[in-house]
Amino acid sequence: MSDAALHDHDARLSACPACDAAPLAQRVAAQAGSGHQGGHHDVILSLPTIHCATCITDVERALGAHPGVRDARVNLTLRRVTIDAPGMSAADLIPVVERTGYEAHELDPAALSASAADRQGRDILMRIGVAGFAMMNIMILSVAVWSGAEAATRDMFHWISGAIALPTVVFAGQPFFSSAWRSLKAGRLGMDVPISLALILASAISVYETLHSGHHAYFDAAVMLCFFLLIGRYLDYRTRAVARSAAEELTALEVPRAFRITDAGDEPVPVADLLPGDLIRVLPGARIPADGEIAAGHSEIDRSLLTGESVPVPAAPGTVLSAGEVNLTGPLILRVTAAGRDSSLARLTALVAAAESARGHYTSLAERASRLYSPLVHLLAFSSFLGWYWVTRDLRHSVNVAAAVLIITCPCALGLAVPAVVTAASGRLFRRGMLIKDGTALERLADVDCVVFDKTGTLTMGVPQVTSVDDIPLPMRPVALALAQGSGHPLSRALAQALRDAGITAAELSDLREVPGYGISGIWQGRVIRLGRADWLGASHGKGRVSASWLSLGEGAPIRLEFTDRLRPGAEGCIRDLLASGRRVILLSGDAAPVVQELADRLGIAEWHAGVTPTEKAATVRDLRAAGAHVLMVGDGLNDTAALAEAHVSISPASALDAARVASDIVLMGNDLSPVAEALNTAQGARRRIKENFAISVLYNIVAVPFAIAGLATPLMAALAMSLSSICVTLNALRLR
Amino acid sequence: MEILGILIPVSLGLGALGLVAFIWALRGRQYDDPKGDAERILSKEWDDRPKP
Repeated sequence: MSDAALHDHDARLSACPACDAAPLAQRVAAQAGSGHQGGHHDVILSLPTIHCATCITDVERALGAHPGVRDARVNLTLRRVTIDAPGMSAADLIPVVERTGYEAHELDPAALSASAADRQGRDILMRIGVAGFAMMNIMILSVAVWSGAEAATRDMFHWISGAIALPTVVFAGQPFFSSAWRSLKAGRLGMDVPISLALILASAISVYETLHSGHHAYFDAAVMLCFFLLIGRYLDYRTRAVARSAAEELTALEVPRAFRITDAGDEPVPVADLLPGDLIRVLPGARIPADGEIAAGHSEIDRSLLTGESVPVPAAPGTVLSAGEVNLTGPLILRVTAAGRDSSLARLTALVAAAESARGHYTSLAERASRLYSPLVHLLAFSSFLGWYWVTRDLRHSVNVAAAVLIITCPCALGLAVPAVVTAASGRLFRRGMLIKDGTALERLADVDCVVFDKTGTLTMGVPQVTSVDDIPLPMRPVALALAQGSGHPLSRALAQALRDAGITAAELSDLREVPGYGISGIWQGRVIRLGRADWLGASHGKGRVSASWLSLGEGAPIRLEFTDRLRPGAEGCIRDLLASGRRVILLSGDAAPVVQELADRLGIAEWHAGVTPTEKAATVRDLRAAGAHVLMVGDGLNDTAALAEAHVSISPASALDAARVASDIVLMGNDLSPVAEALNTAQGARRRIKENFAISVLYNIVAVPFAIAGLATPLMAALAMSLSSICVTLNALRLR
Repeated sequence: MEILGILIPVSLGLGALGLVAFIWALRGRQYDDPKGDAERILSKEWDDRPKP
């Protein structure tokens, strides 16, 4: 319990253990009532802007002083705060944090499964710790043996080494043994089979040699092998864990909640609990949580995430809405027709799963290398055993040589070569705002020769911008600003922004009234001023598909205001770089032709297609692939999801719909599009580095293996070669940072 | 060479002590927020006594 909470009269309840039962019971009851799965009582908030010691204490102090908060703990690494506040919701606590000047967003604890992953990471770390301890101790003893300890002393050192090494190999080698066993059962020869074989054979032959007071024991090599390979495993795990936790955080930011209308008023319920026939309230600016039909209310609907259309669609009672669309102006009451598994969102997710299975299995460079490598290693070891046995008829010496060959060829450097490069490269991309979700995405990114872009929400922000305010007479501009400020509609907001940027201050208006689905009106000096749709103001929209809004000043004809979609920052530079690097760039949009053409001309994209349906998008990508192109798809909407899954590799911005982010391999965290072109270069650099690392390993094998086969390899040589090549490979990978 | 009988157990014991300390720290979730712990030491909060 925090000190601050103790001083607080609201929290005094929990000063005695018995009284603790009361809030606990309340908490349990509240959880059972909300239908949420139990286990999480804490509120978790994401704090994207915290960065220093002062931030930590500010947030913790403010939360600790708040009545009802028992404890608050900031995690700076994850940029989160976990608050133990029974009976309080994120909505109560977010203002407390925001008053201290830090941005805070609610996270859905159910979507964060960090604890299980943490345990796995700690497990590997512990094995590394044990292997490291054993390796250092055995090395000290081995140095004595290498420098010439003899007879009884050598035997004693071997015995002690064995006593340390055998339990270590059993414990630290477990991940390799179990993975080797799994691949053997599946009838494959993975990378872990030769590793396990080397570990077992090296330990067994060393025990045998020790028993017969032999000269060479490979205990140090076996433990060192474990240590280096576990580091590779841990790097691999870290990269995936960082990506997963960031991806989970994106999902957890969208708490799937709907407001169900009941006799007792509105109650917030998880979307999964909605049933067909339920009435839900959708506030302006909110995403539609489930498929349904409007029962009451007028508004405008932004369908861009589903269809790519940039122009909002009017909605009235009877209009059918799909989950994922955004309600813009007026509050709506929706009768749910399908929720959860049956909704259009879930159907599209199924489409994604189908496309993903069709993508086939990409074999990574490491897999290809190991496929070549493991049969070769086994063959080499076995034939050198046979060769020596045939020549000398000495079983003990032959097994010794085979063990030496296995240890020398063991993919120590190979096991580190790929994880080290991938960790360095994805760390670099992460700092530039790109999140690699899939382990092989980086390699696939290096193949890309053709980039397909979606328009709305990807190349553009999906946020309109006024083309020009020159049509509004100068004296009327303050009035127009006052009117535009009164509405949350994106076009009004864009107009207000443009006028404010022009240095205009708002005039006084009375009777400001928003008519959902049509526009906004107000009275200025006795004149009715209106801003809204063409048909509401008695004007005709004309043929153009460009977004437009009309302003009526009470006298004269309404003024037509045109809007264009704002370009995403970095889009121009990104396209220029991609074209300059000789890659093919294609624009596929569900929007109307004139809008798409205008954008394509502005960016210099020669190939563009307008009015493309989701299935056509996927088909286009499939055709490109069939023609031999390696396609990178960049898109954000539901209409891109199938194409994202179909492409060789795919990127979606963080503002994309959850389904699109799930379908893509890489998520762009910021607004800027310029990291895309850079990522392609980094990926090619990473692939080059991986190949270099393979070359280093192969070179070292070419030098060392003949010694091993000739029976000249000593434990000293194995230890030197192993650590040297591992260090070379790691240093080479770090050059990428 | 009798000294080895003392030195080897002593060195192994010291190493094991380090290993136990590492595992204890790992189990105590002390590696959960390395960045935060590095910053927390700079704050004046809880300087005189540990947070209860």
